[in-house]
Amino acid sequence: MLELNQISKYYNPGTINETCLFNHFNLTIQDGEFVSVVGSNGSGKTSMLNIICGSIPIEQGQIILDEKNITNLKEYKRQQIIGRVYQNPSMGTCPNMTILENMSIADNKGKPFNLMPGTNKKRIDFYKENLKKLNLGLEDKLEVKVGSLSGGQRQAMALLMSTLTPIRFLILDEHTAALDPKTAEIIMELTDKIVSEKKLTTIMVTHNLRYAVEYGNRLIMMHQGEAIVDKARSEKANIKVEDILDRFNQISIECGN
Amino acid sequence: MLNILNSILVEGLIYAIMVLGVYITYKILDFPDLSVDGTFPLGAAITAILIINDVNPYLTLLVSFLIGAFAGMITGIIHVKLKVRDLLAGIIMMTALYTVNLRIAGKANVAFFSKDTIFTKNFLTSFFAEGSEKVIRLVLIIIIILLLKLMLDAYLRTRSGYLLRAVGDNKTLVTTLGKDMGFVKIVGLSLANGLAALAGSVYAQKQGFFDITMGTGMVVIGLASVIIGINVFQSFHFVKATTAVIIGSILYKGCVALAIGIGLGANDLKLVTAVLFLVILVFTQEKRRKVNKNA
Ligand SMILES: Nc1ncnc2c1ncn2[C@@H]1O[C@H](COP(=O)(O)OP(=O)(O)OP(=O)(O)O)[C@@H](O)[C@H]1O
Ligand SMILES: [Mg+2]
Repeated sequence: MLELNQISKYYNPGTINETCLFNHFNLTIQDGEFVSVVGSNGSGKTSMLNIICGSIPIEQGQIILDEKNITNLKEYKRQQIIGRVYQNPSMGTCPNMTILENMSIADNKGKPFNLMPGTNKKRIDFYKENLKKLNLGLEDKLEVKVGSLSGGQRQAMALLMSTLTPIRFLILDEHTAALDPKTAEIIMELTDKIVSEKKLTTIMVTHNLRYAVEYGNRLIMMHQGEAIVDKARSEKANIKVEDILDRFNQISIECGN
Repeated sequence: MLNILNSILVEGLIYAIMVLGVYITYKILDFPDLSVDGTFPLGAAITAILIINDVNPYLTLLVSFLIGAFAGMITGIIHVKLKVRDLLAGIIMMTALYTVNLRIAGKANVAFFSKDTIFTKNFLTSFFAEGSEKVIRLVLIIIIILLLKLMLDAYLRTRSGYLLRAVGDNKTLVTTLGKDMGFVKIVGLSLANGLAALAGSVYAQKQGFFDITMGTGMVVIGLASVIIGINVFQSFHFVKATTAVIIGSILYKGCVALAIGIGLGANDLKLVTAVLFLVILVFTQEKRRKVNKNA
């Protein structure tokens, strides 16, 4: 269970540009939940993920994971149990390393990075098997540098790499946003497959309302640093795209647009 | 003529030891490290003192490497832990090392011509006719650089080596993999400066003296060699980058020798070094600083 307790986050604290994004924000995520997060630009979705992962500091509050306070734990230490895929496809892979080297380095997550061979030859078949599931033919291009792959291919690899080793959480930030509709669909289906196969607790930010409705078992809508909609299980199952669209329109009327 | 060629090869290959280090920092880690201007003479100073005190010349190589690596580690700590910008961390280290080097050597110039070095009596002497010292010297340096190159290649294929490459390639991924990017940088800087000090040690043994100004321009020589090597062999995929930068070092030394040969004096050396570097930069359009930030 992950708990965000009374989180306050200011940007540019102590300057005239000081803005308060989160003011005593609370959120609890149970094990096994697949949370879709929607919300307009600037509503605080990425900031929330960054706070969970420790990429940005917070001014107040606590982050509790399985009853342990991880508020002051360094980002790289938290990442040892978190898999993360970014909106930008080039963030999840090493462009100058080959597909095989990328798979190897991802496979070594959680292991000591010592003087053992970087690629374990015995694992190559396992990597091929996993790459095959992507249906992109990458299993035959092990020696190709990842930098020469398309954005979609790289994103597929990033997803695969982030879930190759056992992780406690999967964090996805608009991971299909940069992809064409067909590739986005493939990646989204793959995500769902991996999440259910590995029973991963997942937080997925998306602007695609259909994905938010179709996938996952909980839906959160963010607005100005608050979760204004939060539906789980059966409530979530009954939500339709139109309902969320209505809520979006309501917000913009309230904001005077 | 043969003599000139020999000395170009010998110097080029000695500098190549340091160039392997600059390859690690500049090309792999994307970190322009200025400390090599200080760690090269650091290796030379340590070597001068050890050799004068009759320490085994091969042992001085190891000691130089280790102390150079320690200096590199401090550059890394200044950058990573104290959060000082990469260039400035190098400048601080380079300046501090000037005094350290003077303190180690005791004065600005220390000669040890009459002492044994790796180039006098060694295992190669028995294979060659008498009077072929220059050839022996070259062969020994080729053996050293080949060994170092193979070791570096092997290291870059280990898990730790993969991670080093990943830090230069995509810092975000390293953090996502739960690894401390700062630590990896410190390791890389240690390795690079260890190599620079090792180069300084070999160079001092070849010259038979230490001089405080030995390190001036090392960064430029290192960067120029790396950039020439990488660019010349860009389209030859079968040539490993480590091989390319070693050849780059010889080519660069050759260019400098040529410029000196066509009439410029030895006093113009540093100017030639700098101008040549500029020409290379302009010609290859070396683009610095890839910025990748969190979205
Ligand atoms: N580094 C920063 N400095 C100052 N303000 C920031 C910074 N990062 C984010 N903000 C502000 O915080 C708010 C939330 O940003 P955030 O990136 O979390 O939004 P988001 O919900 O992810 O939006 P999007 O859908 O566009 O990705 C925005 O108003 C933004 O201006
Ligand atoms: Mg965002």
